[in-house]
Amino acid sequence: MEWSDEGVVLSVRPHGESAAVLELFTRRHGRHLGLVHGGRSRKLRPVLQIGNHLDAGWKARLADNLGHFTVELRKGFAALLMEDAAALTAMTSMAALTRLLPERDPHPNLFEITQFVLGFLDDRAVWPALVVRWELALLEELGFGLDLALCAATGQSKDLVYVSPKSGRAVSAEAGEPYKDRLLALPLFLRGSASGTVSAEDVLAGFALTGHFLTTRVLAPRDMTMPDARGRLLSYLRRP
Amino acid sequence: MSKQSAGTEIERLIALLARLPGLGHRSARKAALALIKRRTDLLEPLAAALADAAAKIVACANCGNIDTASPCTICQDPRRDRSLIVVVEEIGDLWALERAGVVSGLYHVLGGHLSPLDGVGPEQLSIGKLIERAVPPVKEVLLALNATVEGQSTAHYLTEQLQGHGVAVTRLAQGVPIGGELDYLDEGTLAAAIKSRRAM
Repeated sequence: MEWSDEGVVLSVRPHGESAAVLELFTRRHGRHLGLVHGGRSRKLRPVLQIGNHLDAGWKARLADNLGHFTVELRKGFAALLMEDAAALTAMTSMAALTRLLPERDPHPNLFEITQFVLGFLDDRAVWPALVVRWELALLEELGFGLDLALCAATGQSKDLVYVSPKSGRAVSAEAGEPYKDRLLALPLFLRGSASGTVSAEDVLAGFALTGHFLTTRVLAPRDMTMPDARGRLLSYLRRP
Repeated sequence: MSKQSAGTEIERLIALLARLPGLGHRSARKAALALIKRRTDLLEPLAAALADAAAKIVACANCGNIDTASPCTICQDPRRDRSLIVVVEEIGDLWALERAGVVSGLYHVLGGHLSPLDGVGPEQLSIGKLIERAVPPVKEVLLALNATVEGQSTAHYLTEQLQGHGVAVTRLAQGVPIGGELDYLDEGTLAAAIKSRRAM
């Protein structure tokens, strides 16, 4: 078994004295693990940093084996974001959440979106909203996509301001009025025709929305909790 | 099952030596043989030194360094600059800085870095003790943590925790190593070096 692909580093664990077990989110092979000989060497350590975009070759005798990776750096996102606490935490949070995907199951759309978001993590004006959209895409890939295009009660596409915490569908202002205390806010930038700058409050509302569904539909059934990095990310974003 | 070629004690010695970093079973066998051949001038003094170390080595209650006394030799040294605390991840990092002889201040060993994947959160690190120590006469806390995603995430977390304590929080510079040729450097190091450029 042998293939070549591109991938983003999700985690690196030491193995023995000089090797490392690398977990990549690849374009065509999904979340995939493999051993990297010399993965803890001076040469490869800078390459095997969370968030880095790599070219990878994987080889194993049998498809079920852990196999070996050979890697080459394509884009070193980690080094570019080291000084930006919030962006670094966003990248760590994305890596931790990507690990919710099943192993060896390709998700090319999410890979594409991940690449896009990583490319904007140095632009504070845009990345928080992009990370919310990335979490929505992750929910979609996990089979829990939200329907934010039409009102669950009336079927209309206008004036959508809430999301039902149970169905994950949008609710219009009029239909949601009697239940508004129990509904989640649908931030402006996630409504169909929205454009322009995104406020900090809207970003936090977006994270509250994705956080609710990630917790109730993905993490709780697996007896898991939200990654610490995501909590730290929210605390950075709450600051003025 | 393979035949036993030596007594239980020797096999045990080899098995224990093989657990040391850098030693496989074959190297451990060679080391054991060398020790046995030099019984009086190497094996017995080494056994005594190991027993002594096991009995006396303690973690410094102040900084987390290991020594035969607590507070450790560094913490007790009156010539050390008590206005500076250098924070490192592991004792190996402290030893590296001491070998270089470039730190005049005190140290604080965190015991690792934040790593949610490995279940290491702030509670598992010696962060509370560092906050306790960040009071006058301490004026500066230098975060000498690894230039990795986890190391820098820990550095950002510590920076937050130390805010409002009246100490300057600094970190190590990042860039071209001494003797480094630009052609051979990874793009991350080059980017960090360009960002940290300074006037000649």
